[in-house]
Amino acid sequence: MLSIKNLHVSVGDKPILKGINLEIKPGEIHAIMGPNGSGKSTLSHILSGKSGYTVTDGSASYQGKDLLDMAPEIRAREGVFLAFQYPVEIPGVSNVYLLKAALNSIRKHHGQSEVDAMDFLTLVKGKVRLLDMDEKFLYRAVNEGFSGGEKKRNEILQMAILEPKLCILDETDSGLDIDALKIVSEGVNSLRSPDRSFVMVTHYQRLLDYIKPDFVHVLAHGQIVKSGGPELALELEEKGYSWLEDAEASA
Amino acid sequence: MAVANSSQYLEAYADRFADLSEKSDSWLKQQRTEALGQFTATGFPKARDEEWRYTQLSALDKTLFLPAQKSASCAIDVEWLKNYQLADAWSIVLVDGFFSAELSQLDGLPAGVVVSSLAQSLADPKSALLIADKFNQAVNVDENGFVAFNSAYFADGVWVHIPAKQILAKPIQIVHVATQASVAINTRSIIVADEQSQVQLIETFVGLEGAYVSVSVAEVFVGQNADVTLYKVQVESEKALHFGGTYVKQARDARFRHDNFALGALIARSDVHTDLNQASECEFNGLYLGIKRQHSDNHTRINHLKPHGISRELYKGVLDDKARGVFQGRVVVAEDAQKTDSQMNNRNLLLSNDAEADTKPQLEIYADDVKCAHGVTVGQLDEKSIFYLQSRCVDEETARNMLTFAFANEMVDKVKIKSLHDVILGQVLLRFPQEGVNKEWL
Repeated sequence: MLSIKNLHVSVGDKPILKGINLEIKPGEIHAIMGPNGSGKSTLSHILSGKSGYTVTDGSASYQGKDLLDMAPEIRAREGVFLAFQYPVEIPGVSNVYLLKAALNSIRKHHGQSEVDAMDFLTLVKGKVRLLDMDEKFLYRAVNEGFSGGEKKRNEILQMAILEPKLCILDETDSGLDIDALKIVSEGVNSLRSPDRSFVMVTHYQRLLDYIKPDFVHVLAHGQIVKSGGPELALELEEKGYSWLEDAEASA
Repeated sequence: MAVANSSQYLEAYADRFADLSEKSDSWLKQQRTEALGQFTATGFPKARDEEWRYTQLSALDKTLFLPAQKSASCAIDVEWLKNYQLADAWSIVLVDGFFSAELSQLDGLPAGVVVSSLAQSLADPKSALLIADKFNQAVNVDENGFVAFNSAYFADGVWVHIPAKQILAKPIQIVHVATQASVAINTRSIIVADEQSQVQLIETFVGLEGAYVSVSVAEVFVGQNADVTLYKVQVESEKALHFGGTYVKQARDARFRHDNFALGALIARSDVHTDLNQASECEFNGLYLGIKRQHSDNHTRINHLKPHGISRELYKGVLDDKARGVFQGRVVVAEDAQKTDSQMNNRNLLLSNDAEADTKPQLEIYADDVKCAHGVTVGQLDEKSIFYLQSRCVDEETARNMLTFAFANEMVDKVKIKSLHDVILGQVLLRFPQEGVNKEWL
């Protein structure tokens, strides 16, 4: 699904990622954890194509194609989905409009015709119910005036409708209370499938109580300093990040 | 002595003035004479007037726009007019400034509600008395040269009277249609909503091809605890010059909302002024779009005269090509207007290097216990939003178009009358980069 090899990324002259290696197979959930400033967000941004970063070395291939060479919208149409840490408010564009634009872009990309208006509504309303959202939500402007929880739920709704292959969740738990966290996690869990992979970038372990990862990687100073199973997250919760950073510094 | 840019108008309009003056009752004759004196002294506004510094009016000197004559309204294609005239509103149509009975649709107005030609109403002693009581009470002839010009030379217009406690089920639309080139169209509207009434009004300005001047002054009186919404849709022809002022007086607890869509004309200037009484509220919304060489000047004034008034204002501008947009918004809080709550915002989106936005919000506060805020932005599209849309499969150009449209659409979406919303949306889309904006999906 995704193969990252020796990836080096800088912002301006400043190296942020210093040789990331990561293999993600279909159906796997990988959690990327790490302290602030470790490069977690940079990793999710570079995978989704945000500008402002320079790849100085290494590669990332997605389904055998050079991911870093694709425009952000091509990545999205190919099935890469970034759930934003801070979803952007877009007054004047309704949720339903954006969903239709996005879905039809994907269909066009794959040589399919525009989705039928009725089928579309049936699809969207079904997903809205699944996420325990109000239908009125669809006709509101994208994220405008939404609470933190609503914004994150909206990201999951988009994900549910666009059916991506690789989902990158950037700090999805930040700003969520426990109820919202449950709903969002249930949404993500319902999307788990043998051919869909997830990369969850998170600072805290608590999201992993709800979404069980197959692998946990710890990012520090732009490198993966430790990888393991779900138990690694618990260890981090207990000890914090400093022991790993110290270990890396003394290595 | 007449100033340079008014003398040719004084001469060309002498017969018109004599004719109108002769037809007018003594009070109106006096008003016209006073206005003529004012116009003779000041002429049209000059760039050296602070309130007009961003708007060049030399076009009025270069061309002499003669008084519009009453033309046969059969020259108008009714099907074309349907693009602007709402089927689900009562409507009164003025063609080149003159009432057209055959194009107007006033059947079924509730008893007591008056929507009629101003000229006809002035000829009726009973309604003339009511009009005399209001004429030039919401604005002074020395406000600016156009108010003086309009007061001196208007031939017709609209008289609207909503009696107390009347709640109108349908909106009232005033359609100003220009069919002649090289003329000046002068209309005056007087709108009175008595206490506890509720009404939605629409003023639409539309023209066939050609250069003409439209000068329209509306005075609106919102009675105690009454609720008036006035939508202005300015889609004049692309060579037209449009000067329009809406001057409002709000009684105690009165609510007034004005939504201003300045989309057409080569040079357009709109003034919206209101005086707020105790605990009265106003909401001003505006959208000005500029393409090619359009110039759109939007001037608002909110006078908080008494305590507990609330005002909300949001004007947005989208400027492309060599267009220029101006926003001058002034909020004055009088010494007596304690507990005033006022917010004014102006946001401009520049789409080309040659486009220009001039924005001047002004707060003048003489009271000491008030909550007033204002904010202004002039900028380009937000890169974060563009990336967000890209990450949702939308290519960059489409994302830019969508966001540009969305910026404007925020104002269109505020229009709650469905048929009007659709007309405005269509007019906005006409003037926009369309790729990426799918009307069927909206």
